[in-house]
Amino acid sequence: MTSTAANDPLVEIDNLTKHFPVKQGVFARGKGAVRAVEDVSLSVRRGETLGIVGESGCGKSTTARLILRLLDPTSGSIRFDGQDITSLSQRHLRPLRREMQMIFQDPYSSLNPRKTVGQIVGAPFAIHKTAGDSKARVRDLLERVGLSPEHYNRYPHEFSGGQRQRIGVARALALQPKLIVCDEPVSALDVSIQAQILNLLRSLQADFNLTFVFISHDLSVIRQIADRIAVMYLGRIVELGDSESIYEHPKHPYTAALLSAVPRQSTPDGPVRTRIVLGGDVPSPVAPPAACVFHPRCPRFHEGLCDVDTPVLRELEPHQQAACHFPLERWPMTLEEIQQAEGAYRADQPHLAGAAHDPSLAPASPPEPGS
Amino acid sequence: MSSTSETLLQVRNLTVRFPTIDGVVQAVSDVSFTLQRGETLGIVGESGSGKSVSNLAIMGLLNRKRALITGEILFNGRELLSLPPSEMQKIRGKDIAMIFQDPFACLHPMYRVGDQIAEAATAHGIGKHDADARAVELLDRVGIPNAKSRARDYPHQFSGGMRQRAMIAMALVHNPAILIADEPTTALDVTVQAQILELIDDVKQEFDIGVILVTHDLGVVAETADSVLVMYAGRIQEYGEADSVFKAPQHPYAWGLLDSMPTVERRLAQLVPIEGSPPSLIAPPPGCAFHPRCPHRFAPCDQEVPPLVAPEGAHADSCFLPLDRKLAIGSERAARRLGLAS
Repeated sequence: MTSTAANDPLVEIDNLTKHFPVKQGVFARGKGAVRAVEDVSLSVRRGETLGIVGESGCGKSTTARLILRLLDPTSGSIRFDGQDITSLSQRHLRPLRREMQMIFQDPYSSLNPRKTVGQIVGAPFAIHKTAGDSKARVRDLLERVGLSPEHYNRYPHEFSGGQRQRIGVARALALQPKLIVCDEPVSALDVSIQAQILNLLRSLQADFNLTFVFISHDLSVIRQIADRIAVMYLGRIVELGDSESIYEHPKHPYTAALLSAVPRQSTPDGPVRTRIVLGGDVPSPVAPPAACVFHPRCPRFHEGLCDVDTPVLRELEPHQQAACHFPLERWPMTLEEIQQAEGAYRADQPHLAGAAHDPSLAPASPPEPGS
Repeated sequence: MSSTSETLLQVRNLTVRFPTIDGVVQAVSDVSFTLQRGETLGIVGESGSGKSVSNLAIMGLLNRKRALITGEILFNGRELLSLPPSEMQKIRGKDIAMIFQDPFACLHPMYRVGDQIAEAATAHGIGKHDADARAVELLDRVGIPNAKSRARDYPHQFSGGMRQRAMIAMALVHNPAILIADEPTTALDVTVQAQILELIDDVKQEFDIGVILVTHDLGVVAETADSVLVMYAGRIQEYGEADSVFKAPQHPYAWGLLDSMPTVERRLAQLVPIEGSPPSLIAPPPGCAFHPRCPHRFAPCDQEVPPLVAPEGAHADSCFLPLDRKLAIGSERAARRLGLAS
């Protein structure tokens, strides 16, 4: 499923699953599990920004933490820079930690208020016992992220939110990592400051050949920064591919619903935009719906198929995969058009042909994975 | 119901000052606007721009011992600022209702949702039995399925979107004339946000009320508001009909916001941030509060505070630039943002 293409990926995760057991009662017996991440496979290429989008609880942060091995996966494998790190011990992980860093959402709680900026940004040098003049390097870093070297001895509370986020960025850059996971790095910032941080990240990526995994619930932000995106829903990837391709013609109805829900100014002569308002709420990840997890809310739901047969990710456009039996034919579409699902893309899956018009036609055998 | 152009609220020269040990915080300065029945007024601004404080002043929720408030707030012709607290209490929650950003913090975790809504009803003289019925009726109206049984749920059994719906139900208990929504969708996911904005719009039509929608998201305002008020550093920078403001914004701060906001429509070659950061409200810069960050500043900007004026053929703004220049730059920026021009 992962495109093991010519430019060898920095991160590759395969069938990654993470369940958090739910315990209840004095004897703490297992009472099911929160299926936070379910069978996720993707790769992150060197020098690219992979955006992970989804609503709260879709598993995007858990996926990122699994990539960094901040959480241990229930099953599946993670390869980082050609090395399998799925079951590496913390001790063996340590040297790799300098290659992978993280920028957090809340610049107020992710900086120790009792340490100076110099100590915070210099901490990675101390932890990894790097040789050389760390003070000079910290000053360089501060300058690179748009702060002044004189800020070295100040404390975090003296800075605004945007400046604090710059400190967080400097700390992540300190050891010249290959991968930086940015977990909602601009969500807590005001709009005029968001752009400053996004521009900074873009320019750092170009200068240091960084690879970003960029997590956000904000589709506008992701569009500005990501080269490829993964859209997640209830722990699964529903759509994966080139960012421009997905934004221009989403294939999965959930992606389309997300895009159409973003409030925006309408173009006077542009196509009339239909908003796909999804009914209800995201189901509980403890007991996700059968087969396609999106089926209870999907405008293209077909009984006997979507709730029986789990769709797998398959390529619907060059560099764009979606996990849907009835992907959208084009975009934008009116709601009526969306509800009228034609079997246009199902030529490659003969057992599904005609199912759109015949709900009684349930597939006899499960589909071959991958198509 | 009543005619469309009935003025519900008139705010004149509202100024709010908070004296502190470090100095006087000039939270709101000289803010004037009106709200008609059936109108949605969007107030846009970043944190610290005074948008929430203005609304708290309208609701009479500022501690008058700590806050110095001057100006006038006329609700249906009645001056609210000079009302004694007991009179204000009769208006607050009855004629003017408010919903807040965080529906998680607004509901008491240990009382049933229906009871909390009923409590809001009894607070202004509805009997207990009727209040319970009203709570269920409203929960149903705001789109809670099985309203009768869900009314017996506790807040933790509701999702974020449902809690905000419950808050809206609570606000509607007494058929208010004005609904103030302070960042009602900021804490919610985008698909839920769409549902809530739609609900607020429905409710506005059905109950024929005026809505003040406070947000930092220009997209939300563009989609829902009839008129827009842009605030910065406690002052109104731009005020006009939404169509006009979005077609040709006239204030450099509004241009800055448009240029810096990421858009879902296109990947922009470059986001143009507003350099610097918002000023301290204890010692705001002299003259126009935006001038230190403004690329268009010229001679008078650091001397005089530009007044909010509405020139012929344009909406109101407070900027010294000549009007033809503002209109030219503004319409060019708006077009560029929509991808109509490069």
